[in-house]
Amino acid sequence: MAVDTPIPKTKNAAGATATPTPRKVVRPSSITLKIIMAVSGILLVLFLYVHMVGNLKIFLGDVEFDHYAHFLRSLGTPVLPEMWYLWAQRIALTVAVVAHIYTAAVLTVRAKKARPVKYAHRPKIQGSYAARTMRWGGVIVFLFIIYHILDLTTGTVNPNGDPEHPYANVVADFAPERWYVTLFYVLAIVAVGFHLWHGIFSAARTLGQQTEKGQKRAKTAALLLSAVLVVGYLSVPVAVLAGLVD
Amino acid sequence: MDIKVRVWRQSDSNDRGRMVAYDVKDISPDASFLEMIDVLNEKLILDGDDPIAFDHDCREGICGACSMVINGVAHGPEKATTTCQLHMRHFSDGDVIDVEPWRAAAFPVIKDLVVDRTAFDKIIQAGGYISAPTGTAPDAHAAPVPKKDADAAFEAATCIGCGACVAACPNGSSMLFTAAKITHLGLVPQGQPERDSRVVDMLQAQDDAGFGGCTNMGECAEVCPKGIPLSLIGRLNSDYRKAIAKS
Repeated sequence: MAVDTPIPKTKNAAGATATPTPRKVVRPSSITLKIIMAVSGILLVLFLYVHMVGNLKIFLGDVEFDHYAHFLRSLGTPVLPEMWYLWAQRIALTVAVVAHIYTAAVLTVRAKKARPVKYAHRPKIQGSYAARTMRWGGVIVFLFIIYHILDLTTGTVNPNGDPEHPYANVVADFAPERWYVTLFYVLAIVAVGFHLWHGIFSAARTLGQQTEKGQKRAKTAALLLSAVLVVGYLSVPVAVLAGLVD
Repeated sequence: MDIKVRVWRQSDSNDRGRMVAYDVKDISPDASFLEMIDVLNEKLILDGDDPIAFDHDCREGICGACSMVINGVAHGPEKATTTCQLHMRHFSDGDVIDVEPWRAAAFPVIKDLVVDRTAFDKIIQAGGYISAPTGTAPDAHAAPVPKKDADAAFEAATCIGCGACVAACPNGSSMLFTAAKITHLGLVPQGQPERDSRVVDMLQAQDDAGFGGCTNMGECAEVCPKGIPLSLIGRLNSDYRKAIAKS
């Protein structure tokens, strides 16, 4: 009884107050959007590290590399269906990418609306190059991801495109006569590096990093984590180009 | 020294506005930037022109009224200095200096260089206060505050609410302002009762006023005349996340 009476009461009260208040559509707050962006970004960075370790297996030779690729497909079988892990990871990554891009788009639109009249005289922003290029850098990275999936996941734009022999696909991809593809990969990975240099620090700040000392540490960590990824990822196309992997 | 200023002239909020060039002759290098505009305005009045409208009050660097973007930098080229404390000796003879109002949707131009900063008042009204019992003042040591916290709270409390952070931010965000208020009130025991509601309500007011989101660029802290550190934004983010998790 004690439960029964207050419930309709509060419902009525809420219904009565909701009508006169000219409250607009509830929008997520800017910090909520940024937390979503930070968490999805961190998931993507973790994936990049796992992916890099897998890539570096190419230096152990074709047997090891192809075995690792097949292992990812058969992981957990026969208890779980073939490819379950890859599909679970693909779904999680897609959710993270969509969340990351959606929140970035909403915040970008809000930022543009927040300054409708531009300055006539505006010197270059003092923030780092990495910070200034987050939005367009992100777009470039996204386009690269699409190409990369068509290249080495589906094999559509790969000269080999043989799902059974990923090692051979990589070697064919970065062959010297396809230098433009290698160049595109190198530029895209450098773009990822710049994106993460500011992105990792920014995620730490969004999730509450708040001391001056911690700021220095977070910036150093962001630089190191990005640099390791850039070096790790670049080593593969460079090694193929140099003939160290064939 | 002789200089040329190009100033944003806009007769009212409906006017489109434009940059207008004026020659300022024989100005003392010891004149403040505002005094230079005063001299220019006297000439404009004598010539029968409309003087340039600009906000100013204390001219001591403590009120936060003066709001000019000088050559693209809020409060001009000197670090940790308000426009009123900026002197002409920091410019050279023959310089062309561009002067514009704060640019933000939340700070509409009223006239020339004067913008409406009511949006900041709305953020303060949403939570920039403490619930203190009225009556006689309590003993100074009744609520002990660690020295470290007191210093940090005071550093944040030096924010004069001028709006330079918004003017400088590429996203037109007021995060540094709101972060300074959250820190100033949230570090001391008197600010604890409303700590959670304050951060949520102030951020809501900030978003509703049309300010953008923070991208941690640090432009705001570069131009802040009071040197409010960028790291306070992390505290705002952290307090907000914890408050939302509790609710």
